[in-house]
Amino acid sequence: MSGIDQAVLDRHGIKDDEYERIVSLMGRTPNLTELGLFSVMWSEHCSYKSSRVHLKTLPTEGPRVVQGPGENAGAVDIGDGLAAVFKIESHNHPSFIEPYQGAATGVGGIIRDIFTMGARPIALLDALRFGPLSESQNRRILQGVVSGIGGYGNSIGIPTVGGEVMFDETYSGNPLVNVFCLGIAKHDALVKGKASGVGNPIYYVGAKTGRDGIHGATMASAEFDEKSAEKRPAVQVGDPFMEKLLLEACLEVMATDACVGVQDMGAAGLTCATSETGSRGGVGVEIDVALVPQRETGMTPYEIMLSESQERMLLIVKRGREAEVERIFEKWDLHAVKIGEVQDGDRLRIRHNGALVADVPNRALTDEAPLYRRPFQAPPNRAELAAIPATARGTQPSPRESFLSLLGSPTIASKRWIFQQYDYMVRTNTIALAGAGAGVVRVKGTSRALAMSVDGNGRFVLLDPRQGAKLALAEAARNVACAGGLPLGGTNCLNFGNPERPEIMWQFAEAVAGLGEACRALDIPITGGNVSLYNETDGKAILPTPVIGVVGVIEDASRLTLRAFPESALDIVLLGDNLGELGGSEYLKTIHGLVRGVPPALDLARERSLLQLLVGLSADGAVRSAHDCAEGGFAVTLAECCFENGGVGAKVDIPSASSDGGIDRLAATLFGESASRVIVSVEPSKTAAVLAKAAGAGIPAARIGTTGGAIIEIAIDGTAAISCQLSEAEARWATALAAALAHRAA
Amino acid sequence: MKARVFVTLKPSVFDPQGHTIVEALHSLGYGDVSDVRQGKFFEIDLAVKDQAAAEKLAAEVADRVLANPVIESFKVELTKAGAQ
Amino acid sequence: MTFAVVVFPGSNCDHDAYHAAKHVLGQQARFVWHKETSLGDADVVILPGGFSHGDYLRTGAIARFSPVMAAVREFAGAGRPVLGICNGFQILLECGLLPGAMLRNRDLKFHCEHVHVRVERTDTPFTSLCSPGQVLKVPIAHGEGNYFAPPETIDQLEKQHRVLFRYCTPSGAVTDQANPNGSLNGIAGICSEGRNVVGLMPHPERACELSVGSADGLVMFESAVHAMSRAGALQAVAR
Repeated sequence: MSGIDQAVLDRHGIKDDEYERIVSLMGRTPNLTELGLFSVMWSEHCSYKSSRVHLKTLPTEGPRVVQGPGENAGAVDIGDGLAAVFKIESHNHPSFIEPYQGAATGVGGIIRDIFTMGARPIALLDALRFGPLSESQNRRILQGVVSGIGGYGNSIGIPTVGGEVMFDETYSGNPLVNVFCLGIAKHDALVKGKASGVGNPIYYVGAKTGRDGIHGATMASAEFDEKSAEKRPAVQVGDPFMEKLLLEACLEVMATDACVGVQDMGAAGLTCATSETGSRGGVGVEIDVALVPQRETGMTPYEIMLSESQERMLLIVKRGREAEVERIFEKWDLHAVKIGEVQDGDRLRIRHNGALVADVPNRALTDEAPLYRRPFQAPPNRAELAAIPATARGTQPSPRESFLSLLGSPTIASKRWIFQQYDYMVRTNTIALAGAGAGVVRVKGTSRALAMSVDGNGRFVLLDPRQGAKLALAEAARNVACAGGLPLGGTNCLNFGNPERPEIMWQFAEAVAGLGEACRALDIPITGGNVSLYNETDGKAILPTPVIGVVGVIEDASRLTLRAFPESALDIVLLGDNLGELGGSEYLKTIHGLVRGVPPALDLARERSLLQLLVGLSADGAVRSAHDCAEGGFAVTLAECCFENGGVGAKVDIPSASSDGGIDRLAATLFGESASRVIVSVEPSKTAAVLAKAAGAGIPAARIGTTGGAIIEIAIDGTAAISCQLSEAEARWATALAAALAHRAA
Repeated sequence: MKARVFVTLKPSVFDPQGHTIVEALHSLGYGDVSDVRQGKFFEIDLAVKDQAAAEKLAAEVADRVLANPVIESFKVELTKAGAQ
Repeated sequence: MTFAVVVFPGSNCDHDAYHAAKHVLGQQARFVWHKETSLGDADVVILPGGFSHGDYLRTGAIARFSPVMAAVREFAGAGRPVLGICNGFQILLECGLLPGAMLRNRDLKFHCEHVHVRVERTDTPFTSLCSPGQVLKVPIAHGEGNYFAPPETIDQLEKQHRVLFRYCTPSGAVTDQANPNGSLNGIAGICSEGRNVVGLMPHPERACELSVGSADGLVMFESAVHAMSRAGALQAVAR
């Protein structure tokens, strides 16, 4: 008797029909260990069973794609035989349970995904979402997460060069921690996570295996309820020092050609690493878990296979090269132990001191995982969400008051309190210092630099998932292009609620459809990514938040374009049209407490043209700065161009927006978040040429003012609208986050 | 034998962590807590049976590695292995 | 002129120091693994920044026992130039080649930012090309850079003019506000009694090219080359 009853199935998160499928694939009832293997590999987090049918519709190919989805990370060609290897991943649920370690191990996990491909990681970005800082729980979570990211990233010596943080009530109890990592490798040095060669030894290297994190994959696939506090043991503790040793040793080993395949042990640990490398290679894998280095006594095969102890790698080594590999790991004082061999056939066989304890078909765990076509349905309240209530139409605060409120809102305010805790300069590649728009690192040995950005405005996605997802991709690409980077590829981290609810599944399906459409229109293939579902507590879901990371190449690093006005007496040119759209805006949220309306329109053809224009202007040295309009609209964007630049203000006169955004024309003009708009500064002698280039690209453009002075002055059609001392605006922006964290009035 | 080594900052050294903890305790209403100094605690298993030898070994380990004599002082307690 | 950059398990800024010496300054440079017992033909030894041994136990506490440190001690004892940067400075403190210790930054937070330091003395191999009072813009990136020593030690350092760098404002004023971590007397870097062993918390190797934010750190590497070539020339004359 295998002792499997309903209670056991429930504990493992396996539904009845899934169990039937397991029995059918196995040709018999599974034993408990085998059930454990299925429970983690078929969890949502590992199998993507609810999302695969939709993800398949994303464009993943392109002339610069070197590696698409399906491996540990994606890769694009950046010239000179080099590839940028990158991916984004989530560690949301663990970061709620244990913020420091949840975030730290999230960083550790994504770094391993990069170096397991043979690439040296050189940059990190993070996209974070928290509940309002007025609640002490959210302050504690933010501080823990930031400490954890810094603690891990700094110790391992990889710079965090950028990121974004947004706040909303729906993230209380369900914070989002998405970490993006990028590395560099020569094309021909990329290593895959594939086992091959019957008789090749399988090596385990890294930290000893303990009982931590068991069922971490199933935790990430379930919502939180009051019993969540008891799940604390499922959160792993990270050791960045161990990972640094592992990183250096693995790169050294992979530089010899002694390995045929390498995979890191992340979610579902040894189970995932063995079954995936076997499946990819179409071979069998047999290991004896008694050989696995353990740091606790009496561990069962079940525990060893399901453990999510951090900082462990699996290497498939060429037979005959064992001594070489072991010597390199010895140098770094690491355990490299042979635990098994590649076999003929297609089975995953687990032995314990020689006795066979589990025997399953590899592909049953991986490719044959259930594929759900979950029902989806638009929520009934769409019309209600799309309308901006009449209450918002009353008298607005003065533009100056609203301006300062927005600058002081944590989503917009300076994040320096956060990124100063990250070493963003280690490796001396960072040429756009953090907080300056896209993160940019130079590629030593070439004249190039790589620009990268992560973006994903959940409010827009709530109001219209398809449109919101398009806007997210466009924003990330635009941030990269503003720096002068030609977007080459993207990675997505799709954070949503419970997919078993049709309205959530609808959000997901629509968002993926929108993302695909935008990727195709802007020529940005998706090279890989991550899905995080079940981000809800007691039935309340987060804002649907697809975070998109885009990577671009700047051919001449010396042409890097930053976002702040570098000096006075430059012309300020505005590219794009102001349609005065306030739907889903930070203004509507901060001033009126509402998330309503329809997201801004997006003309993908124009956006494509704009991206090319921006890359060209930067390459030609035609602009002195470029910053795209996002949260807070024109006024906030202009202010950001005046901050941390040595005190250079601005004086502009802009036309009124073409609509009142459903609220007020003044507010719509100043704070509307219409897409495809960029503020650039230009040497006056070059302004005519820039305007002509824009016209040639079909992008509306106008000179609106000059840089300089100690004041930020915005007039609309000649009438003064905002006049604010630069020092006052900057002080508000610079101190808001620290003030909110200290829970005192700014 | 088991040794317990307590490492603490010397009184002359400012302890920002201890200070922060006091502030936090006060804000939680523990006004009767007047000071906190944060230190480190090590549990060491010694393959030595003789008490005097164990004490000497633990002290040497503590002095040479576990504590930084410029800023820290230490105290050693011994217990028989197996005792609590 | 060969720069030897010692690599401990967990060192991160070894690549940056190597890059500065070799690719920016055009000198010879090589890595020395912490288990090696000889420094070979090194003219200058750099202990780089990073998190050797994860900073576990205390920063630099375990690295100071590495086999290579015996050779470093001998090199220093022979009056030859040794530069400890950030974690490297912490290792020099732990092994007693420099006096004092590092505490956690007074605000308990890790700081990554550009700061300014004032060069107090130019009679060391790493400051010989600086002018007295010169202000350098250099980055810091540390959580434990709060320099401490007992009062007698501080007195001695000051009397012997062994404080080489102090945190200051861009115009060179040493103020508490300009002090990012609470170090006593605003001390950012010191030297040994022989003046050949120098330790500092800021990262000059991260300030050797304008493209990364400042080139003010290059003068420290240039000073080492200058001091060595002068020493070489003097030796030739003496023969």
